[in-house]
Amino acid sequence: MTTTAPVPTPSVWKVGVVASVHTETPTARSIMIDVPGWGGNLAGQHLDLRLSAPDGYQAVRSYSVASAGPGERLELAVDRLPDGEVSPYLVDDLQVGDELEIRGPLGGWFVWRPEQTGPVQLIGGGSGIVPLMAMARAHAASGSTARFKLLYSVRSPHDVFFAEELASLASEHFEVTWVYTRSTPTAWPTPAGRLTPAVLEAATIPASENPAVFVCGPTGFVESVADWLVALGHPAASVKTERFGGK
Amino acid sequence: MTHLDGNVLAGPLSELFSVDMTVAVGRCAGCGDQSVLASAMVYESGPDIVVRCHHCDDVLMTLVQSPDDLRVEFRGIQMLRVTR
Ligand SMILES: Cc1cc2nc3c(=O)[nH]c(=O)nc-3n(C[C@H](O)[C@H](O)[C@H](O)COP(=O)(O)OP(=O)(O)OC[C@H]3O[C@@H](n4cnc5c(N)ncnc54)[C@H](O)[C@@H]3O)c2cc1C
Ligand SMILES: [Zn+2]
Repeated sequence: MTTTAPVPTPSVWKVGVVASVHTETPTARSIMIDVPGWGGNLAGQHLDLRLSAPDGYQAVRSYSVASAGPGERLELAVDRLPDGEVSPYLVDDLQVGDELEIRGPLGGWFVWRPEQTGPVQLIGGGSGIVPLMAMARAHAASGSTARFKLLYSVRSPHDVFFAEELASLASEHFEVTWVYTRSTPTAWPTPAGRLTPAVLEAATIPASENPAVFVCGPTGFVESVADWLVALGHPAASVKTERFGGK
Repeated sequence: MTHLDGNVLAGPLSELFSVDMTVAVGRCAGCGDQSVLASAMVYESGPDIVVRCHHCDDVLMTLVQSPDDLRVEFRGIQMLRVTR
């Protein structure tokens, strides 16, 4: 049984300092942040990030934490929305040494704990990989032998977050299936195209094995996938979702 | 209009409650459905948030945020239960 005892949630804003940045894709980058007092986080949790303008105007956005476990350094990965208010700043302008106001770690629902031994199906679209990456990392770091499968939907091979690390994590306990929606690597066996119920069924752990399912990405992606999963026989209670917004 | 999951309420509600309320079970006054707040539907409009029942769409609560205060109205939540 999964423990659902509430975790304490810090309501104070802490100041984090950007330790390093790394380009993940042409539109996204990962950001390492040192947050004194962070105290570590569960795999799948998020944080709230607050930016303040000199005139006092403030903007708050939520970001999943890509890292998991103890420590005061955490990793985010942010995709730039062309007309966005916050994400272009984080992807293009933020520099090492800059300060960010952070509240977290937050949320005890969309999380995977190493003491969970049942099979787990992760399904991510675009930047929705971020909390799933934390789960894959926690799975590897804990030496868990729980069956993990990831279905990762991306526009093209250039849009993959954490590409090298995902390849290195593949093992008998962790399997990755790719769906390319606009263009595929060369000599890919199937043409580019959106995820369909048939591909979803073929590439995921069947409902009969009763996996815990985590679905994350743009709202429209999550909505479709969650509906299809229930149609495939997964109990709604086994399908946990994290909608990132957008269409 | 697009919506988010109740997960996103963790931050704002931490200003009111000392434990994570997204795993608290709430009972909808409209349809009686009992679900964790994480599975509610969240509609954001700037700093204002409307939380709706994922089952019947009724408004469960609203959050109005300003630099000086946070106002939470529990319009359609009849009961809240947390696991100890
Ligand atoms: C719990 C949670 C975790 C999140 N984790 C991440 C993460 O790890 N990495 C990440 O990059 N983002 C993540 N997001 C999304 C993030 O919070 C912001 O919504 C995103 O960065 C856009 O902010 P913005 O200020 O740039 O755009 P805004 O100025 O808020 O919006 C600009 C336009 O884009 C639309 N839009 C808003 N969000 C999205 C979206 N996600 N996709 C497509 N269109 C959108 C808006 O409707 C608007 O038209 C997460 C969201 C939630 C709720
Ligand atoms: Zn209801």
